[in-house]
Formats: sequence, structure tokens, C-alpha cells
Amino acid sequence: MTRLTFFKPLSRLAVAACVTIVALSAVPAAAGPAQDQILAGLKGEAQAAPGWTGAFSAERGRALLLASPATGKPDTPSCTTCHTDSPLKAGQTRTGKAIAPMALSVTPDRYTDPEKVEKWFGRNCNSVLGRPCTALEKGDFLTFMMGQ
Amino acid sequence: MTTLIRPLALAALFVAVSAFAASELGADERYNAVTDPLTLKECGACHMAFQPQMLPAKSWHLVMDGLSDHFGEDASLPEEPAAKIRAYLTANAADASWWGGRFMRGLDETKGPLRITETPHWIREHSHEVPASAWADPKVKSKANCVACHPRAQQGMYDDD
Ligand code: HEC
Ligand code: HEC
Ligand code: HEC
Repeated sequence: MTRLTFFKPLSRLAVAACVTIVALSAVPAAAGPAQDQILAGLKGEAQAAPGWTGAFSAERGRALLLASPATGKPDTPSCTTCHTDSPLKAGQTRTGKAIAPMALSVTPDRYTDPEKVEKWFGRNCNSVLGRPCTALEKGDFLTFMMGQ
Repeated sequence: MTTLIRPLALAALFVAVSAFAASELGADERYNAVTDPLTLKECGACHMAFQPQMLPAKSWHLVMDGLSDHFGEDASLPEEPAAKIRAYLTANAADASWWGGRFMRGLDETKGPLRITETPHWIREHSHEVPASAWADPKVKSKANCVACHPRAQQGMYDDD
């Protein structure tokens, strides 16, 4: 009897913990304030440029990931060279180092550091496209990855 | 008086000599792990951060001068971190100490090879002991993927496989 009363609250707690974990993992990963801020900054820039259609498009973001524009450096024909064609899969650099998946749902700490985001867009767009990405392209790409 | 000083002086000499021998050995058998956090972060993003002792200062200057076209990729950095990394790499380069290291053997430091994998020492170490099939392994992918064959490369350990 004494054992039961002792264990009851504990087992309740365990059940509650399990329910919470299940509930949390069922919720799709949503962009937090840091990611929202980066997107908002890009939106401000994109709105001021020609070609703004009223919103970023995940579909265009996917197209950028999969494109092979052949205007950049020969060893990096596409974003998929390193990031694979799936946001959910881990990629690899040309020297064999693993790159965590780009989807926010799989790698939740992505797109939180504006300097890191800018640095890699700067390098990778130049390597793959041979030019900087526009704010519209960056916003589309991030919108796609944050929704994955 | 002298009877007291003699053993002391001898002991001091012994300590000095063994410390020298240890550092000499260290320079030869083991490379220091990269300790600068900025270099680890920025030069360790695409491959492991290579030990500065494996190239002379001239090479590190050439690498840092050419980051926007770094072996077929844009690896450019803002000026400030780039200057700090350059200072760290050159201060710890293969020719930064008077005794040099294994990587200075047979090397013309005025030319400054861009790659560790093009230094005479690296080529010698990998010419007979590494079978051709090892380079073809898809897990290796590149000669510069040191960690594929040397699991403790980042700690400076290359003699353990
Ligand atoms: C040569 C390999 C390579 C190619 C090609 C490449 N990337 Fe990357 N990318 C990386 C690496 C390495 C990182 C940094 C490691 C990490 O964040 O996991 C990175 C990081 C990023 C980040 C920052 C992620 C974050 O967490 O903040 C963005 C955004 C990005 N890449 C976009 C792109 C886009 C867009 C393309 C195509 C135009 C592209 N990349 C092509 C290797 C590549
Ligand atoms: C954007 C990705 C990227 C970043 C960042 C980067 N590298 Fe590299 N690095 C490469 C690639 C790709 C190679 C060529 C690998 C190959 O030939 O297979 C390379 C090769 C090298 C080599 C020659 C390796 C050999 O073959 O011996 C050196 C030295 C080097 N990098 C130094 C640096 C330093 C120093 C930094 C930091 C300032 C740095 N790298 C940052 C991508 C990168
Ligand atoms: C395909 C596998 C492979 C790759 C990749 C590789 N090595 Fe090696 N390395 C070996 C083998 C095998 C030996 C010889 C056996 C030994 O001494 O452990 C060796 C020996 C060495 C030695 C001499 C070890 C000693 O006892 O002093 C050094 C230093 C070294 N490698 C550095 C590097 C560096 C730096 C890189 C990357 C730029 C690299 N290796 C990439 C396989 C590899």
C-alpha cells in the first residue's frame, strides 16, 4: 500500500512527460524569432527591388536548390553538389566533411545567425551561380527550407 | 658550497636538455592541434582545420590571398577575421621555428606550395604505404580528407593507423 502511494505520483509524472514528448514531436518545427528576423530583413530588401510578387515562394526556393545554372565554378555546378537534392538528407563537402540537413525540422538551429547566413549565401551563390544571390532568391530559399 | 651547487647545476642542465629533446621530438612525431577558435571555425567548415606546421608561412600567405577562388570554391572572409587567421597560421608555420619540422624537408619555402598534399614530405609518406585503392574509396573522396584515414588528425596524431 505504502509502495503504491509512493509510486503513483511518480508514474503520473512519467505519463505526463511521455504525453508532452509525443505532443512536442508531433508539432512541425516552426521558425523562431531569430529566423523570422532574418526573413523580415530579406523581405524589406526584396520589396524594394524589382520583381517583388508580394511574398517569398517556397516553390522558387526549391527550384534554386535543384537548378544547375552552369554560370559558376566548374566544381560546384549546383547547390545539390553539397546539400543533396533533399533538404532532409545530410550533405557533404567536396573534401568529404558532413553537412547537416538544411531543413529546419531536422536541424533546428539553422538560420539563426544572420552573419553565418550572409557569409554562406555570399560564398555559395558566387561558387554556383557566379554572382551574388538577390534578396528574393535568399528569401525564397530560406522559406523553402524553413517549411521543410 | 660547490658540493651543493654542482648537483643543482647538473639537475638544471638535465631538465633543460630533456625539455629540449621533448620539444624536438614533439615537433617531429606529433603536430599541435589547432587551438585558435576562429581558425577552427572558419578553416574547419569544409574540411578539418589543417595544422599550420604543415606549410611554410609563404604558403599560408598565398592561401589567405586567394580565398575567393580557393581550390575551385569561394571561401572568402571579411577582412578582420582573415587578418587574425593569417597571423595565427604564419606564426605557427613550418618555418616559424629555427629547427623547422618534417614538412620543411626538401621544401623550397620561397615557392610556397598551396597544398600540404604537394609537399615532398607528404608525398614521401604517402607514396609507398598507401595502396591506390585507398584513394579510390568513396569515403575518402579527396587527398585532403585527412580524417578519413587518420581518425585523430585534428588532435595532430597521424601515426596511429
Ligand atoms: C561546395 C559545397 C556547397 C555548395 C555547392 C553549396 N553549399 Fe551551402 N553550405 C556549404 C557548407 C559547408 C555550409 C556550412 C556548413 C553548415 O552550415 O552546415 C553551407 C551553408 C549554407 C547556408 C547557411 C546555413 C545556416 O545554417 O545558416 C546557406 C543559406 C546555404 N549554404 C545555401 C546554399 C545555396 C543557396 C547554394 C546554391 C546556390 C549552396 N548553399 C551551395 C556548402 C555548400
Ligand atoms: C567553402 C569551403 C572551404 C573553406 C571555408 C575553406 N576551405 Fe580550404 N579547401 C576547400 C576545398 C574544396 C579544398 C580542395 C580539396 C581537394 O582538392 O580535394 C581545400 C583545400 C585546402 C588546402 C590544401 C589541402 C591539400 O590538398 O593539401 C589548404 C591548405 C586549405 N584548404 C586551407 C584553408 C584555410 C587556411 C582555410 C581558412 C581560411 C580554408 N581552407 C577554408 C574548401 C574550403
Ligand atoms: C587514403 C588514406 C590517407 C589520407 C586521405 C591521408 N593519409 Fe596520411 N597516411 C596514410 C597512411 C596509410 C600513412 C602511413 C602509415 C602511418 O605512418 O601511419 C600516412 C602517413 C602520414 C603521416 C606520417 C605519419 C608519421 O608516422 O609521422 C603524416 C604526417 C600524414 N599521413 C599526414 C596526412 C595529412 C595532413 C593528410 C591530409 C592532408 C593525410 N595524411 C591524408 C593514409 C592517408
